[in-house]
Amino acid sequence: MLRALFEKTGQAVWISHLDLMRLFQRAFKRAGLALTHTQGYNPRPSVSIALPLSVGVQSHCELLDFELEGEAVSCQEITERLNGALVDGVRILKVYENGDKIKNIAFLDCTMALEYDKDIPQGAETAITSLFSRENLLVEKKSKNGITEQDIIPMIRQITVTAKDGHCLVLNARICCQNPTLNPVQLSAAIAKYMPQLTPDFVTCCRKEIYTPEETIFR
Amino acid sequence: MTELLQRILPTVQKPARYTGGEFNEIKKDPVQTRVRVAFCFPDTYEIGMSNLGMRILYGIMNGMDGVACERVFAPWGDMQKAIEDNDLPLWALESQSPVRDFDMIAFTIGYEMCYANILNMLRLSGIPLRSEDRQGLKNIVFAGGVCAYNPEPLAEFVDFFCLGEGEDITVEIITLYDKAKAENWSKEAFLLAVSKIPGVYVPSFYRHEYNADGTLSAITVENGAPSVITKRIVEDLDNAYWPTKMIVPSTEIVHDRANLEVFRGCIRGCRFCQAGFSCRPVRKKSPEVLYRQAVETLEDSGHNEITLSSLSTSDYRGLKELTDQMIPYCEQNRVNLSVPSLRADNFSRELMEKLQTVRKSGLTFAPEAGTQRLRDVINKNLSEDEILTTCRNAFSGGWNNVKLYFMLGLPTETDEDVLGIAELVYKVIQTWKEHATNKKRGLRVHVATAYFVPKPHTPFQWEQQITPEEYLRRCKLLKSHFYSKSITYDYHGPDLSRLEAVFARGDRRLGAVIAEAMKNGAKLDGWDEYFNYGIWFDAFQKCGIDPDFYTVRGYGEEEILPWDTINVGIDKKFLLRERKRAYEAKITPDCREGCAGCGANRLLKEVPCDA
Ligand code: SF4
Ligand code: SF4
Repeated sequence: MLRALFEKTGQAVWISHLDLMRLFQRAFKRAGLALTHTQGYNPRPSVSIALPLSVGVQSHCELLDFELEGEAVSCQEITERLNGALVDGVRILKVYENGDKIKNIAFLDCTMALEYDKDIPQGAETAITSLFSRENLLVEKKSKNGITEQDIIPMIRQITVTAKDGHCLVLNARICCQNPTLNPVQLSAAIAKYMPQLTPDFVTCCRKEIYTPEETIFR
Repeated sequence: MTELLQRILPTVQKPARYTGGEFNEIKKDPVQTRVRVAFCFPDTYEIGMSNLGMRILYGIMNGMDGVACERVFAPWGDMQKAIEDNDLPLWALESQSPVRDFDMIAFTIGYEMCYANILNMLRLSGIPLRSEDRQGLKNIVFAGGVCAYNPEPLAEFVDFFCLGEGEDITVEIITLYDKAKAENWSKEAFLLAVSKIPGVYVPSFYRHEYNADGTLSAITVENGAPSVITKRIVEDLDNAYWPTKMIVPSTEIVHDRANLEVFRGCIRGCRFCQAGFSCRPVRKKSPEVLYRQAVETLEDSGHNEITLSSLSTSDYRGLKELTDQMIPYCEQNRVNLSVPSLRADNFSRELMEKLQTVRKSGLTFAPEAGTQRLRDVINKNLSEDEILTTCRNAFSGGWNNVKLYFMLGLPTETDEDVLGIAELVYKVIQTWKEHATNKKRGLRVHVATAYFVPKPHTPFQWEQQITPEEYLRRCKLLKSHFYSKSITYDYHGPDLSRLEAVFARGDRRLGAVIAEAMKNGAKLDGWDEYFNYGIWFDAFQKCGIDPDFYTVRGYGEEEILPWDTINVGIDKKFLLRERKRAYEAKITPDCREGCAGCGANRLLKEVPCDA
């Protein structure tokens, strides 16, 4: 099995998870790299992307697992050929063998930019910092069984809030991303719920890095 | 700070359709660009990107030096609301710049019920709807596509139409515009000059007058424009431009596969079919060229499916040769080969067995009418025998899914013909009972009926459309004769087809109706989510126009028809002859059995028709 570490930025953030899988399948074909296929009545190329990313979120640490048929091609060459066949915003950073098991991903670092069209409200930085230092923080979570409430505090390893400029607060957080999973959106949802006067006008989100349970970088 | 559009994107469905940035998108250097064309498709991205004509012309225009062509699609309702709320003008995908900044605005129109979208897209762009309200050379609006064969309902809005296949005429038009812009011509001077290009129709050069009964009394030609405009065609398809480097959408579209056109025109001449007549003469591409283009297209795009498209692919003379080459290639490269509209002959049966995609989608027939008599009237050369033989083979091969398409309201149709549909369906079920090898999974028969819409440039262009009430009565009559649980019967309400009939044979007076309906929110009428008959009904009332004039009235053979100025290559005498034969229930053999003398061969200079 091979693994590609890739990033998804720019306009490509609007490509959904399913569409991205199809995009990769085509990119492999364009690059002249034949993917192995699943067995069965309706064979499908075997590619999978770990931890589906929400539409609109950037990432510098996406993982794509795949297998190739035919003659072996070096990881370096796969990287180059794929990058020549992909769209702007989807870029392979490296391809490697023997990646760790996906189930060993435990945490991720994300950055959220909270944009305020008027100035950042007075005291927002401290207020938000103190919000996330509460003992518990119940936030709604959408799931298959409807909307449930979830305490997000145990899923936050660390979080900092800093003003980038007069209009933008930056939230850097290390959060659980697998069993249990905290969707970064819940961080801004917590602000909107408990401090509605600090609700930003727009929020962008970016995945920075993923980690093992021991908090070493996951690859 | 994140800009406005980026803030809107997370709030709408399928944002990727608004961003561009797909593989093979063409972005030209603005510094080198003299003419910018906003190429608008008046429906959603998913439909527009599935349109082969648009892909060909996109490639052609961007292949021109100094010309940049960008794509524009109709926004879905959520996006429309967002851009209206935020006062954003509609933009083109490649540069994300406003449509109103473009020199030329081109529309491709394949369906009457997208007329409101055309006006809506102009409005969302902040461009005046009416031709006379757009001064100067900026924002010249032109249009092509099948609906340009009767463009009168849009005459007030569109500066000029191009008739027929766009490969050559588009280049001539843009080259002229390039010169006009450099020399600072007036719009009037440009329209005068563009009207001299064969195949260009400038509606403002034709004055339409009416009799007291509402029919046309005269069409007066002005400014030395041609009295008849003949559509353009490409004679040599082998050497015609083919876009090997096609845009590969990053989000799923309707026809999400490579698409290779094997020939143009149709040999069959079903009397209701506008495409069948208006796309003549019959011209093919050679299998060698097609095979080469198929491989290039697949390798460039990375698609895992390719369709061999045309109006009737089983009539393609080189089909065996082409598929013999393609099947091994496709198997080796894990590509699905799909061949639509196969007929019931032996070769097609063999081919069907080899093609996996057919298996998935099941069997589809379009007998259009339930009795042989009525099929003879419409010249649909598909017998009950052929249908049942194909079904028998398929059922014994383990298939258990059949789709049957019919029309209701065809000329001379009686209740007996309507019930003939039910009989035919029962024979299909009977065939299954006798021949199915796998009865456990049961049989599913989907029957769909459409409301017949008489179209210009067909032998039925003078016919009456039956009333909506009568159409519904026939649907219910048919429904009451379906007893089996295996049958699913779908029929659409009559409203959409009634409007389609109005606009298909409409005249200039309908422009006011479209503008009024659009003002009141008509958009995306082809989508159940948005179609609102009430808006249209009110618009007709407000404009004092009776839709029945265009539908149930029928047109007189002596009457001046709104589309008389337009020549698609088919002689009116031929259409009248075919109409007569229809009433005598006489079929006309297809072009392979003998040329029926439709006139379309006269459009060819270099080769005979269907060579
Ligand atoms: S076969 Fe008949 S219905 Fe089909 S395209 Fe040809 S003329 Fe039209
Ligand atoms: S000119 Fe003759 S062969 Fe050609 S399309 Fe017309 S009827 Fe058929």
